[in-house]
Amino acid sequence: MKPITELVKDLADKHGRDRRNLLPILQGVVEQEKYLSEYSMFEIARELDLPVTEVYGTATFYSFLECKKMGKYIIRVCKTITCSMKGERQILLAIQDMLKIKIGETTQDGKFTLLETNCLGFCHKAPAMLINNEVYTELTPEKIREILGSYLHDKIIGGEHVS
Amino acid sequence: MSANHIVKRADFIFKNENDWEEVLTKSLARTPNELINELISSELKGRGGAGFPTGLKWKLTSELKSDEKFVICNADEGEPGTFKDREILSRVPFKVLTAIALCGYVIGAKQGFIYLRGEYFFLQQELKKAISEFEFFCKEIKYDFKINIFMGSGAYICGEETALFESMEGKRGEPRNKPPYPTAYGYLGKPTVINNVETLAHTFTIFKYGSKRFYDLGVQFSRGTKLFSISGDTPKPGIYELELGMSLSDFVDDFGDDDTKAVQVGGASGFLVPRKKFSGTSIGFEGKLVGISLPTGGSMMLFNSSRSMFNVLDNYLNFFAEESCGQCTPCRVGCQQLLKGIKAVKRGEKPASYLDKLLDLAETMQYTAKCGLGQSVANSFTSIVENFREEMIY
Amino acid sequence: MGKKVKITINGQPVEIEKGTSILDAAKQIGVIIPTLCYHKDLCVAGNCRVCVVEIAGQKRLAPACATPCEEGMDVLTNTHKVRNSRKHIIELLLSEHNADCTSCYKNGNCELQLLASEYKIMNQDFIHLVPFRNYTIDDYSPSIIKDDSKCIRCQRCVRTCAELQSVNALTMAYKGEYARVTTFFEKSMNDVICTNCGQCVNHCPTGALVEKNYIEEVWAAISDKNKYVVIQTAPAVRVGLGEELGFDPGARVTGKMVAALKRLGFDAVMDTDFTADLTIMEEGSELLSRLKKALTENDRTIKFPMATSCSPGWIKFIEHLYPEFLDHLSTCKSPQQMFGALVKTYYAKARKLDPEKIISVSVMPCTAKKFEAARPEMHSSGYRDVDYVLTTRELAIMIKQAGIDFARLEDMHFDRLMGESTGAGVIFGSTGGVMEAALRTVYELVTGREVPFDNLNITPVRGAEGIREARIKIEKPRKEWAFLDGVELKCAVAHGLVNAKYIMDKVKAGKADYHFVEFMACPGGCLGGGGQPIPTNPEIRQCRAVAIYAEDEGMPLRKSHENPEIIKIYNDFLGHPLSEVSHHLLHTRYTPRRL
Repeated sequence: MKPITELVKDLADKHGRDRRNLLPILQGVVEQEKYLSEYSMFEIARELDLPVTEVYGTATFYSFLECKKMGKYIIRVCKTITCSMKGERQILLAIQDMLKIKIGETTQDGKFTLLETNCLGFCHKAPAMLINNEVYTELTPEKIREILGSYLHDKIIGGEHVS
Repeated sequence: MSANHIVKRADFIFKNENDWEEVLTKSLARTPNELINELISSELKGRGGAGFPTGLKWKLTSELKSDEKFVICNADEGEPGTFKDREILSRVPFKVLTAIALCGYVIGAKQGFIYLRGEYFFLQQELKKAISEFEFFCKEIKYDFKINIFMGSGAYICGEETALFESMEGKRGEPRNKPPYPTAYGYLGKPTVINNVETLAHTFTIFKYGSKRFYDLGVQFSRGTKLFSISGDTPKPGIYELELGMSLSDFVDDFGDDDTKAVQVGGASGFLVPRKKFSGTSIGFEGKLVGISLPTGGSMMLFNSSRSMFNVLDNYLNFFAEESCGQCTPCRVGCQQLLKGIKAVKRGEKPASYLDKLLDLAETMQYTAKCGLGQSVANSFTSIVENFREEMIY
Repeated sequence: MGKKVKITINGQPVEIEKGTSILDAAKQIGVIIPTLCYHKDLCVAGNCRVCVVEIAGQKRLAPACATPCEEGMDVLTNTHKVRNSRKHIIELLLSEHNADCTSCYKNGNCELQLLASEYKIMNQDFIHLVPFRNYTIDDYSPSIIKDDSKCIRCQRCVRTCAELQSVNALTMAYKGEYARVTTFFEKSMNDVICTNCGQCVNHCPTGALVEKNYIEEVWAAISDKNKYVVIQTAPAVRVGLGEELGFDPGARVTGKMVAALKRLGFDAVMDTDFTADLTIMEEGSELLSRLKKALTENDRTIKFPMATSCSPGWIKFIEHLYPEFLDHLSTCKSPQQMFGALVKTYYAKARKLDPEKIISVSVMPCTAKKFEAARPEMHSSGYRDVDYVLTTRELAIMIKQAGIDFARLEDMHFDRLMGESTGAGVIFGSTGGVMEAALRTVYELVTGREVPFDNLNITPVRGAEGIREARIKIEKPRKEWAFLDGVELKCAVAHGLVNAKYIMDKVKAGKADYHFVEFMACPGGCLGGGGQPIPTNPEIRQCRAVAIYAEDEGMPLRKSHENPEIIKIYNDFLGHPLSEVSHHLLHTRYTPRRL
């Protein structure tokens, strides 16, 4: 884990310091930190010579650029039509039951955050969810227990890459 | 391919062809005008949903003088029920890369981008590898062209082309006023061709086989094949390449579960067709073949009789209320009113006649919203409320 | 000139330059199209959609503000479809707006209310969305109150803060149903980089952004028999106040304003123009002293350009964004604060008043002045120097509340001792005015001759361009200023903080060779201030500027150093410019503010 200042500087060196490089830099910070703190936005604004409100306004527009502290593993369960038809509710219940958190909450140990998200593009394999950048499809409560069980031990089992 | 399907399968896009180098080299030997004419005579229309003639788009951009132009491949596939673009990029990336490079050649751009939605982050590594292999080949044949991936971060509206430019420019993904159009004023204010992934893949087919091969498929106004993302209550969900112009009843015979109550054509921003209108509906662009003809980005969601159309509409409207960019009044407030309105009717807090006021509002949204998102909310809203009014009330 | 195109609007042909918006084309032939997110000062957003019109042959309606005229267009602005759509849009806006009009500060001056009234939105069927939101009112700032429940997301404030001011205190955040105008991490406007300039307030069509008003506090002071309530009036108020009270933009109502203030019950009605003249004496002397130190003593600590310090929005701007350049600022307080410091010392002494019993009120075209008066360092009289700051708008409200028929008032004169002023003091109200006033005095002090401009009108520093420059060569100075012989005094004027930023970036880059720069936070200077009547736009600012310069020309005295009350205060109290008393009462220091 790099200190934020260094991380932002490295990202700006890599992507550039124009306004058009803002999203990749925000994404880079989120990749390490899972979210954008006030401090990291200040650093980004300073590095890119942008008003900090512009950074904030832009970041909050995008669902994947979280602005409050997140867990190490962000679970995003798809709630759009097909997933909702094919049992999203049961999936959510299974996750909530296992992690003892509600939607929008983070486990006490800071490991998991549970969120809902809009269409992931796996409607033919509904229900689907993301954990960080991994996609898991055709979920069942059993599958949830298996997947989360491995994450509990920081073992990331590969998700779907090609349908 | 079994012959007893009424709906005609095709296999162009995913066909394993390792000849992209050849297609690229041969096409680069032709003049830009020849390539444009090939596209124009194929009558290929955009596969993202709006259906703008691809050849014309390239032509308009090629005619403009500018120090810089761009080609952008729109892979911000966010329409509920659509998942074909991911499949193309993961299975046949070189076809798309070739098409991007050829578009660059035609319009005079030295740089292309793939705007990949954040949800498809896992595709990035493979795609990067493909790009470096592709660029290496370009270098070898002394064709100066670069392709970059630009990652989205979770915003459906960025699939709207001008919102996508804003996003690439590091801003909130808010659609711009049009005119000016992207062909003249796109990314960084430069002339830009922005095409959907599948559209580009089709141009590969057209450049390889010639426009006639493509034109001969499909029907008048709706030439060629199209990828369909099929989901919902179907025994065989997945992605299928089908000829355009099929009738919806044939489609349901093929893909339904014998209990299909309605089909959502074109995703949440498309139209819901109830059973009684299956036979009068065909899938394609404008022109009247069998009753009405519905354009589509290729999403087909089937609902059987166990589904409540109220729940379906409620889900869509939630989606739109959240995914609207929020800048224009009709879309930002309109979506919330439609959503809260149908709930109020359902709960008996508003009379059934309130649905008529909402239909009227949906029409206003269609006339006045700034971009396609707000304008098309009325499609699903009106088609669901008009065809399943009783389900909205009781 | 661009190409002309022919279009028709409601059947009426009009020939117009290609690229002109339908909105402007319609205006030319007297067709009014309603707008909300549109503002002449700002770039076109096309967000609210109230201005939609029908173009024959197109199914969708087009926003008149954002649609350029094309040859042959057949525009219809009053069809059933257009009216119905506009009605819907107004209804939608009302449904997300806290339309509690009778308890709203902007009641009667709200563009949304006016539209609702024009379109007779009688049955608001749509579900009221405000209760679904956890809206809060931000009233921590001494200048501005932000009430999100009244915001209609037109983004005029966001564009104002970015385009005119380059401050970017406000932004759109989130999207869809959660989209809202806010600050960085939803902090109070008091806790972010905000200059309190009030341009957002002036550009807000509803009551979402308003000034924090001190009307009741001032009424209470007036009715308190134990208090002696003094009011000072800023130069730009006299050319703005009339607009709020039924006069056309640019009406000069100085005498009526004085009469009204007396009727309201103020014990003394005096003029900030007096301390504007005093500012010139102090600031002009400071400039000369800096030049002397730099040119004769080779003092490297002296920084050029010297920057004016009258505009509190500008001061907070430089404190936030260029804190390393604070020693460029003149140490002079603004005229308001000089007045405040003197009223509880000099004036109290002369009038034999207990300063503790004096309530010092000012009426300003400005919301930042409210913050300035509340600065902890502004207590040099031993008391808070200025107790309450009213905007032009608040004063108009008080005049209406008091039942004064403003138009029928007989002109009256300011009270003595701090009520006399010159044309130089008056033009402080316009961009370029401080510079012009300073040059009139400085040039004459140095050379003994009047500035070499026709009728004292230093036209190069006048006008509406964002940045203007002037050079004046000093020839044959008096003996004590011999070192200035042949020196070309390089001056610049910037108004609107976006232009201030431009100059400061040049200063930062070492590319600004000016001696003296006038900075005003607001476009047009104080006459376009955040506390001035709404609307304020380029044409209205122009009318007010014409009025200011007419006021100047009409004054018998037009140079600050000739003001008899200025001569008197130096004789009786201050001694001379930059004296010890001056330093104590009339000069200040600045605070670097980062976040």
